[in-house]
Amino acid sequence: MKLKLATVALGAILAAAPAMADLVVPNLSYRTGPYGANGTQYADGFNDYFTLLNERDGGIGGEKIQTPECETAYNTEKGVECYEATKGSGALVYNPLSTGITYQLIPKVSADKIVLYTPGYGRTSAKNGSVFEWVFNAPANYWDGASVAVKYLLDQSGGDLKGKKVALVYHNSAYGKEPIRTLQDLSKKHGFTLTELPIDPPGQEQKSQWLQIRRDKPDYVLMWGWGVMNQTAIQEAANIRFPMENFIGVWWSGSEVDVLPVGAAAHGYKSLTFNGVGTDYPVYADMKKFVIEPGKASQGGQFVGSALYSRGMYAAVVIAEAIKKAQELAGTPAINATQLRDGFEALGITPARLTEIGLPDFGPEIKMSCDNHGGSGMARIQQWDANAKKWSLITEFTEPDQEVLNPLIAADSEAFAKEFNITPRC
Amino acid sequence: MEFLYASEVLVNGLMAGVMYSLVALGFVLIYKASGVFNYAQGVMALFAAMTLVGIMEGRVPFAHLINAAFGVHVDRFGWTVPAIFGIALTALIMVGLAIAVEKLVLKHLVGQEPIILFMATIGLAWFLEGLGDVMWGADVKVLDVGLPQGISDSIETATNNWLGYGFFIDRLDIWATVIAAALVAALVGFSQYTKQGRAMRAVADDHQAALSVGISLRFIWIMVWSIAGFVALVAGIMWGTKSGVQFSLSLIALKALPVLMLGGFTSIPGAIVGGLIIGMGEKLFEYFIGPMVGGATENWFAYVLALLFLVFRPQGLFGERIIERV
Amino acid sequence: MIYREAGDFKTSYRDDGQTFPIRLDRWGYYALLGVAFLVVPFVIDSYWANAVLVPFLIYAIAAIGLNILTGYAGQVSLGTGGFMAVGAYSVYKLMTAFPGVPIFVHILLAGAITAVVGMLFGLPSLRIKGFYLAVATLAAQFFLVWLFNKVPWFYNYSASGQINAPERTVFGWAVTGPATSAPAKYLTCLVFAVVLAWIARNLTRGMVGRKWMAIRDMDIAAEIIGVNPLTAKLSAFAVSSFFVGIAGALLFSVYLGAAEASEAFGINKSFLVLFMIIIGGLGSIFGSFAGAAFLVLLPVLLKNLLVVRLGWPTDLAAHLELMIVGGLIIFFLIVEPHGLARLWRLTKEKLRLWPFPH
Repeated sequence: MKLKLATVALGAILAAAPAMADLVVPNLSYRTGPYGANGTQYADGFNDYFTLLNERDGGIGGEKIQTPECETAYNTEKGVECYEATKGSGALVYNPLSTGITYQLIPKVSADKIVLYTPGYGRTSAKNGSVFEWVFNAPANYWDGASVAVKYLLDQSGGDLKGKKVALVYHNSAYGKEPIRTLQDLSKKHGFTLTELPIDPPGQEQKSQWLQIRRDKPDYVLMWGWGVMNQTAIQEAANIRFPMENFIGVWWSGSEVDVLPVGAAAHGYKSLTFNGVGTDYPVYADMKKFVIEPGKASQGGQFVGSALYSRGMYAAVVIAEAIKKAQELAGTPAINATQLRDGFEALGITPARLTEIGLPDFGPEIKMSCDNHGGSGMARIQQWDANAKKWSLITEFTEPDQEVLNPLIAADSEAFAKEFNITPRC
Repeated sequence: MEFLYASEVLVNGLMAGVMYSLVALGFVLIYKASGVFNYAQGVMALFAAMTLVGIMEGRVPFAHLINAAFGVHVDRFGWTVPAIFGIALTALIMVGLAIAVEKLVLKHLVGQEPIILFMATIGLAWFLEGLGDVMWGADVKVLDVGLPQGISDSIETATNNWLGYGFFIDRLDIWATVIAAALVAALVGFSQYTKQGRAMRAVADDHQAALSVGISLRFIWIMVWSIAGFVALVAGIMWGTKSGVQFSLSLIALKALPVLMLGGFTSIPGAIVGGLIIGMGEKLFEYFIGPMVGGATENWFAYVLALLFLVFRPQGLFGERIIERV
Repeated sequence: MIYREAGDFKTSYRDDGQTFPIRLDRWGYYALLGVAFLVVPFVIDSYWANAVLVPFLIYAIAAIGLNILTGYAGQVSLGTGGFMAVGAYSVYKLMTAFPGVPIFVHILLAGAITAVVGMLFGLPSLRIKGFYLAVATLAAQFFLVWLFNKVPWFYNYSASGQINAPERTVFGWAVTGPATSAPAKYLTCLVFAVVLAWIARNLTRGMVGRKWMAIRDMDIAAEIIGVNPLTAKLSAFAVSSFFVGIAGALLFSVYLGAAEASEAFGINKSFLVLFMIIIGGLGSIFGSFAGAAFLVLLPVLLKNLLVVRLGWPTDLAAHLELMIVGGLIIFFLIVEPHGLARLWRLTKEKLRLWPFPH
């Protein structure tokens, strides 16, 4: 009898969450593990924006948004468990903030017909919407990032990179390897030499890589890092007195947690970004009034306005806009995932619209379509000011070199389509 | 010139090795005295460093749990504590941890097989990892106890004048070397010249013989775990200064394992020499061979190097000879 | 009362030596198999398959494999993650190179390839013993993961180094790829788990298993009574790696569908499987299943209890989960250092005597 009761109780606890009536946007976050410090801030921004919509506007189109959170610890198996646990509750869209989990989920969401939104991470060729029907990675992907960074370097060296040396310090994983092919093509086109320096995660020991940099004296160093690797790299760069203004990280290597431990030596470090930072946006007045002061901020609101918080919020903004668009198209506020996909594909976020929601110039203009799931790919550069302890934006949004990127995306997505027998849709 | 580059890598490798040795020392101490392979050593370093930062910044322990349970908002006490008091207090906490480990875990597992004890320390590692995060939060913490970092100018200028090439030596590494040397000297002095130290060595040699001459095994264990806790604190301070105090700090244990293998699990000088060989070997390999095979070789090369040594000396360089009888 | 062997007469040595000598046990075992094969596939949904049962079965296979090496032959290994990666990448290369061959053949071949690699890395065990060997197997772990990460041939030159399992079918049912149904995934893993457990059980009670145990108990003594340590140790490595390789192949092709060497087969995997066999019980097939169940179910259970039922913040729940699992491991070791298998045996002993204590 006891055993039976225990089995029943076990089953009840193990069973997935019951279906919910509202719009469900699960937040597959990670607040623990090696990348927990980064994941926490992103998840907070993501949650807070939906809380704001719920508190201020009563949701979107009258429908409340729920963001049930599930801890993945940046671990793919836990990510799968989280996905399975939440998808039954009518989940509309997933945003796992992990390239590994994204690769895992791409086949799954395609079979289950749920949207996967991966802003600035995940599989780059998902930009090709005719192959990746359910995956969106606007506003920018890694190859866009690599190209924008190289464009910025071109700018810095007077339009010519011939004979220059660029080193790429990267996280030795699927994520870190993404930009290599693009950078190789770009190095051929612009005539610079590229040195690749992989760093095994977690990346606390990078002395030999930075001694190589010290010996080779590259003109610029690019970085694709995440977690403790970022701090260590910036610290080592400072140690060998590599000029910080020639050191550019991808957007995931440009948050406060990466530069603060290094202190004053990090002054002048640059990184890409596709969203604004800081609390100087009108939306924060509402945020303060409806979310922070009533004590509804995610985890106490201690990271409001940080780079990763802003990026989490930006992801939430795009999802909210897509939901709105989907509601318009479907004519009903209670949309399903298929309608949300249509909403994403018809999504256009103009500068005017961003101003309207209180985030002027917060992100690039986005225009999506059936075959373009990646937007314009525009990104900009931010620079760290160690005295004021804040990031400042130093360029406008820059377009990537689509001439180089498009063939690469076409090739990669075609390979995927062939492997999985997908006929392009549009 | 190539020779100068190589020697620069070599010197830096040796210094990185010292950082590994700091972690390895804690393993050796506990293994020697109680035969326990303490997997939790890395997490102890993380826990000690977190506690130190928490105390220095005046954070409220368990703030998150309190906030979640009672719906209040506590975060900081509003004071800061100077590094020296913080270190002393953290050392005390590590002693408390040692007592707790002895009372709650080791006491009940006397006489079990080594693998069971090893497993228990893995449980302990998980527990401490969770405890540290619940107590102090999982954010990246900045640890500043006043250790300098960055290139040493005087060495660079001196070598530049002398050899025509300025050597890169990190000041933190120099400090780590000095501290490690002092630590080893203190440990050797303690174990050779004090009563407790001799008792510790007696226990290491033969538990039963030590017991029969009236040495309290439990006291020795508490003492050894306390010392290992202190060593973990030192390692935590060095590594935490280098790259911030955060989860990944606990993974430095993986860097110490090849050092242990190579030096032998039971030898304090072995931990130092092993660290130097591993640090030097992996850096030189990464520097010269790495670019040819695609880089990021350090992790596995350390183990393969240690493995090669073991094939010729199965007990490590300084380990006690294994004598087997039927 | 009911559970006892009184009246259960054996008339041949064969009967006496069977795995479940007590009639009730035997019935229980057949009933369990019946439920697992005939009932569960019809009621299983994709949450239960993907979050609970499929990982449980796969880890049980890996745990049996490691238990053969560590529990029966006494060679502690921390290279399990690396060997699982060998299985995964072998099956990926085979699947994409020979799409016409049935997937079951590929999975078995992947196991065989892993067995060869395992034997290679088992060679140092002839000289190195105990914890030194455990740390030495980490060399295999780190080297193999690095190799799969670095050599583009292994991941068919894809841009990011991820491998994706294409769809393969058995009797018209997809067993790999995104369209795989929950019952298909579950049944595939179940078939492998049951067959491999049966093989392992019979290997370990035969001559090979007795040789392994002799080596475990004292290798010099074993050598003196005529057990060849070379063949015994290497065969343990080979068989163990075969199991682990199949687990890796299933993990990648059936369960995850996409994988990356350093993330999916990192050092944590090695530790996880080792925990399973120690908690479950060294040298026990049942213990491998029990340990796998414990470590797969417990985190899911705690997470659902703390987050879904009690509504705690996810990070706090995750940290507490670590503390609870860590604390429970210590607790179990103190209460019963020989694992869940011993606890089970003691319970059965008690049941046989119940309700008369003597």
